[in-house]
Amino acid sequence: MAQSPFFTGKFTRVFIAWWLIWFALQALLLYWEGFGWRIAIIDSIVFNFFTAAACWLVTFTFQFYLPRQERFWYILTLSITLSLCIVFLSRWVLQLTVDDNIIYLTMLKNWLPIRFGIALLMIGCMSMISVLWYTFQDQQETENRRTTAQSLKKEAELIALRRQLQPHFLFNSLNSISALVGTKPEEARKMIQQLSDFLRGTIKKENEQSVLLSEELMHLQLYLDIEKLRFGDRLNTIVTTGEDIGKMKLPALILQPVVENAIKFGLYDTTENVTIIITCRIENNNLSITVSNPYDPETAQSQKGEGFGLSSVKRRLYLLFARTDLVETQALNKIFITTIKIPQQI
Amino acid sequence: MKVVIIDDEPLARMLVKEYLQVYPQVEIMEECGDGFDGLKAIQKYQPDLIFLDIQMPKINGFEMLELVENPPAVIFTTAFDEFAIKAFETHAIDYLLKPFSKERFDKAMQKYSLQNATSNKVQTQSLLDTASQSHSEHRVVVKDGVKIKIIPLQQIQYLEAADDYVKIHTAEGIFLKKKTMQFFENGLPAQQFVRIHRSYIVAVSLINKIDHNEKDSYLLLLSTGTKLPVSKSGYIKLKEILGL
Repeated sequence: MAQSPFFTGKFTRVFIAWWLIWFALQALLLYWEGFGWRIAIIDSIVFNFFTAAACWLVTFTFQFYLPRQERFWYILTLSITLSLCIVFLSRWVLQLTVDDNIIYLTMLKNWLPIRFGIALLMIGCMSMISVLWYTFQDQQETENRRTTAQSLKKEAELIALRRQLQPHFLFNSLNSISALVGTKPEEARKMIQQLSDFLRGTIKKENEQSVLLSEELMHLQLYLDIEKLRFGDRLNTIVTTGEDIGKMKLPALILQPVVENAIKFGLYDTTENVTIIITCRIENNNLSITVSNPYDPETAQSQKGEGFGLSSVKRRLYLLFARTDLVETQALNKIFITTIKIPQQI
Repeated sequence: MKVVIIDDEPLARMLVKEYLQVYPQVEIMEECGDGFDGLKAIQKYQPDLIFLDIQMPKINGFEMLELVENPPAVIFTTAFDEFAIKAFETHAIDYLLKPFSKERFDKAMQKYSLQNATSNKVQTQSLLDTASQSHSEHRVVVKDGVKIKIIPLQQIQYLEAADDYVKIHTAEGIFLKKKTMQFFENGLPAQQFVRIHRSYIVAVSLINKIDHNEKDSYLLLLSTGTKLPVSKSGYIKLKEILGL
């Protein structure tokens, strides 16, 4: 929740000073009109106290409820209602306190519209300030979330490169290339090319916030081709996409950790041949990507949870879209299914 | 000289095979893609030397070795980072970090031939003791007849000493593993398992009640209904872990 401007001492001090000045002005004015100090001070205290309280109330209310639509009418209605309340409330209090001066009482009645105008102006100003204040706070929060998301993405990339690509993927791939060099130099050269393209793509994407699905799938294909060379016949992959889906966008490097997780899970949890199925489609204006891999329900529990891959994907999607329901996993009859949903900006 | 190559990546096996071509005395008995086939091949051929990958499907290289009765000399071939493997440096014949050169490979072979067969086997055994302690996964791998059974730690109810073996009691039945109680006490996570007796280690989550039996002797009741004796030092450990 946003913080009230009264939380900062400076604002409170200015607020109090402002009302002291108004109190003094009004009292002086009444005194010069010839009502005497007693009436001048009582009148000024009562009216200014109620108006100041209403201003504080407006700020307080906006902290908890500020409509996004019809904001102008909401503020206007609130200001008018509060001003009317102040005028009649202060009149009633003053009538009870000062009941001995006919001139004053007549003045009180005749000046009602002027008092109303002043109260409306004050409350209106205060509403403006509050709305600006809270909007600014809201914006700052969004900004904060975005920067955290960005730094986390960077962190995830670094960790992915350091922890996942290096020891297992990268070194094993290099070892495979080393094996191919002796007998199939042409294939070795091809694998070096694929590996280079893949690494280059990963580095390039570090600077991009969101990418086209078609691009991400191309990048993924490089990764899958390398893995297939490494594991030979054991690994099969099927990628299916609906029509016109290539224009959908998704955060850079979000798909690969999910697929990597599925491959690891599939290859190291079973000894049979493994088929990884990746399906992309549109669902309620969301891009929905499903990755499925076989697993063994009996031993899967002993694996270390979802692994770094999925939890970082979950966290990144939360920071980008402020939703926790974008990553779902489900286990169905020896098949493990991970679904990620990417909301599309309109 | 009989050799078995165990690695889940075909190209990695091919490389070892290629490097082995210049050794006329070497006879490659079999190439295996996982620990299950590896175990069978080792039992069938009783090789002198195996090349073993660590990260493999279902059971890893260490877990497979644990199941071998009389483990042969081992050269690890792995992409594990150096830190993970450093602990075993003094025990294995050698370890080859992928990708490795022909020169590096030849050095490992040289190291193997310089040592005699007995010292090689002793090394493998001490390697295993170190490996499983620092490498304890969230599970225990046992042989169940000819099959290999993977028991997740949360399925273990309690362990019981039985001569050279340890009986692992689970809801599915009892499994045997040729290890010492000390081995399990060191390897299992201390928050989940407690040694209550010279012959018993129990899962903390299953503890139901501690009964006073006789003077200075206690009985532990598990939620499965099993009753186990508690020794004096076991009682102190129990009190500590349960925060009594």
